[in-house]
Amino acid sequence: MNARLSAMHRILDRPVNFAGRGLLLVGIIVLLAGAALPLWRISLVAPQYAEGLTLDMYAYQIVAGNAGQDLAEINTLNHYIGMKPIVQADFLEMKVMPFALGVFALLGLRAVVVGRIMGLVDLAVLFSYFGAFSLASFAYRLYSYGHHLDPHAPMKITPFMPVVIGSQQIANFVQTSLPLAGTFCMAGFVLLLVAALWTSIREARRDQR
Amino acid sequence: MSTRVTVLVGGSLAAALMVTAGCNPPGSTKAANSDTSVAAKSFVAPGAKDEYYLFYSGGHSGQVYVAGLPSMRHISTIPVFAPYPATGYGFDVESKSMMGKFTWGDVHHPGLSQSDGKYDGRWLFVNDNANNRIARIDLRDFKTRQILGPIPNSSGNHGSSFVTENSEYVLVASRFSVPLPKGRYADPSTYKTEYNGMVSGIKVDQKTGEMSVGWQVLTPPFNWDLGSTGKGPSSGWAFWTSYNSEMAHETLEATATQGERDYAAIVNWRAAEQAVKDGKATLMDGVPVIDPAKVPGVIYFLPVPKSPHGIDTDPSGRWIAASGKLQPVTSVFDFEKIQKAIAAKTFDGDVRGIPVIKPEAVLEGEVPVGLGPLHTQYDGKGNAYTSLYVESAVAKWTLPPWTDAQKKDLNTIVIDKIPVHFNIGHLVVGGSDTKEPYGRYLVAMNKLSKGRHVSVGPSQPESSQLIDISGNKMSMLYEAYTEPEPHFAQILKVDTIAPIEVYPKAENTDSNAVWEASQASVTRNGNKVEVKMMAIRSRFVPDKIEARAGDEITIHVTNVEQTTDMIHGLGIIEHDMNVVVDPGETKTVKFKAAKAGVFPFYCTNFCSALHQEMQGYLAVKP
Repeated sequence: MNARLSAMHRILDRPVNFAGRGLLLVGIIVLLAGAALPLWRISLVAPQYAEGLTLDMYAYQIVAGNAGQDLAEINTLNHYIGMKPIVQADFLEMKVMPFALGVFALLGLRAVVVGRIMGLVDLAVLFSYFGAFSLASFAYRLYSYGHHLDPHAPMKITPFMPVVIGSQQIANFVQTSLPLAGTFCMAGFVLLLVAALWTSIREARRDQR
Repeated sequence: MSTRVTVLVGGSLAAALMVTAGCNPPGSTKAANSDTSVAAKSFVAPGAKDEYYLFYSGGHSGQVYVAGLPSMRHISTIPVFAPYPATGYGFDVESKSMMGKFTWGDVHHPGLSQSDGKYDGRWLFVNDNANNRIARIDLRDFKTRQILGPIPNSSGNHGSSFVTENSEYVLVASRFSVPLPKGRYADPSTYKTEYNGMVSGIKVDQKTGEMSVGWQVLTPPFNWDLGSTGKGPSSGWAFWTSYNSEMAHETLEATATQGERDYAAIVNWRAAEQAVKDGKATLMDGVPVIDPAKVPGVIYFLPVPKSPHGIDTDPSGRWIAASGKLQPVTSVFDFEKIQKAIAAKTFDGDVRGIPVIKPEAVLEGEVPVGLGPLHTQYDGKGNAYTSLYVESAVAKWTLPPWTDAQKKDLNTIVIDKIPVHFNIGHLVVGGSDTKEPYGRYLVAMNKLSKGRHVSVGPSQPESSQLIDISGNKMSMLYEAYTEPEPHFAQILKVDTIAPIEVYPKAENTDSNAVWEASQASVTRNGNKVEVKMMAIRSRFVPDKIEARAGDEITIHVTNVEQTTDMIHGLGIIEHDMNVVVDPGETKTVKFKAAKAGVFPFYCTNFCSALHQEMQGYLAVKP
């Protein structure tokens, strides 16, 4: 048992191999691309909005369709059910996320230059936690918008949970929520990180034998 | 005679009577075509869109109507010369001041703006025959943007709106002659000597579309009728027909139809423009007027048989067709010959210093089209279509050049005829007045529709019929009841224009616009109350206006929506007020709160599920 543990420690202490560094470098580029690209799209389609109203969530901004007009339209419609207006300034995440992604990119770069396998494990664990937390926070945001409805609103509807991924019918609207390129980049970063780990560990094991 | 025989004979007689009573007299046309396969040719499925706009004049309704082709569906009304509560036109300060003191107009001939002899989709010009005005509709938003007039020295603006090749001018000619300048009295018995007609060039600013009177050419008191502008070889020229070259002033029906010929005017508008630049015009009522007796080369007369009512230049600009409505032929003139005749002075004397071109020197031929020919349109494929008022038909014939055999018997060039219902006036082929007609559809605008529709009482609608002209034979596709009274129309390919559907907030320069509830205000200044109001689904801010009886109230209402079709109206009970505001638009209304009381106001244009709740109060204290 001890031997196994110490073998693992020896592996974790080893530097990331050359291929792993390459994969990681690509991963960081993908991560930075993801930070610039839209992460998620929420769209609303109704008979009189056949072309759909869209909101694209970025790590740092909300971009509404129809040159921004769709956000005004969604808020105008939402006031009937007493939903709080969606305002970018309320999204604390959009201030934190760019900073956090910058930290991950720097940690990754550090690993590219002087990284040990342990560093990669830390990066993977932290980033997974960050990703899971962001998704949960996004879901909570949606929950919050759908549940904190003004009791004096003209139309009273049962509080609802907007769908996080997939489609659902809310009154006359079909709401669809789907990940976009930015999220796939984030996932790509994780995959490349895991691949860097895998190739480094495999090489370390080979050397141990 | 036995009883039996009597019954037999009586029975047969009765049967014969019954049979003949059920028959139409010889000559009556079949009322309906029951071939349903024709329907597919004009069918535009629900949700599908038309290929062409049909902008048709609404005659004495004062408006312009927009229909789609081939469906013939009425899509929209563009109010021009008459109030139209449906869009709040004629209620707000701006449209009211544009209409001036008039509440109606008589729209006859819409003309689309052109660039290089083709429709460019910028503007639509329409005339007002009644109050001597001309209006410009902007096709960016389908709104009337300017009404010019009454045009000085011009009475009865019938002979317009004919747009030059690059929209330099919209040309206008007077239907009625009066003593000039307007306002001068001369007894109608002095008509020949004291009255004058006028041909005018309305200058169009190429950037803004702003119209102004550029120049005028004085004419004898003929009644100028319809015209067209030249292109190609006839570029820079314009043509009008006239009636009453007899210069009669009473019972015109008889007195103005005595002459065998009336004069068409052949106007070199570039020469007119130059004459004004050269200072050869004199100012009359603030407008430079050219006396053609003193300035040669501006206008010529060309005799045309029997009270012509239309002269149309073909897409090449060489052939000019004029129809004498009291003679069953259309005269085709060759502009190249006209130019030669002018150069060689092949004249038959002059009328008041205006040279009269010898008709036989410029006539290419007289086409026996049928009874009561009025207007001619072209398909760009060498064919002409002439409306036959008396005959209730459209004749299709071949433009020159003709073969010798054809020249010998011009009956052979009339290749098709189709009945229309009934008494066709104008007809329109898309782009006929341009270098490149679409040549697909023809719309016949008929003066009478009697018996074609379910009865609606004595006020009968007009009918317009859609005719497919893509084949050799014309074929009737559809008929619709177009708002009174379509005189002429223009057809425009839908993809030529891209109208806006909301006024972008960034473009709103109205200093009284308010975009947020916090900016809305009610301000009193003496007995004047000024309100800056915001309209949004589904409320007005403010929704209470306090005033005192006798106050003058001004409301600037901004529709802050930026969504297509989110239109709000502001109707005020018992105040004869309804303004309708498009998304992103600010409109101003002014009225007197004459009596005390509480007057609800409400949104008149259904906007949302809570439209009914969109209301407020004008509370007027004694």
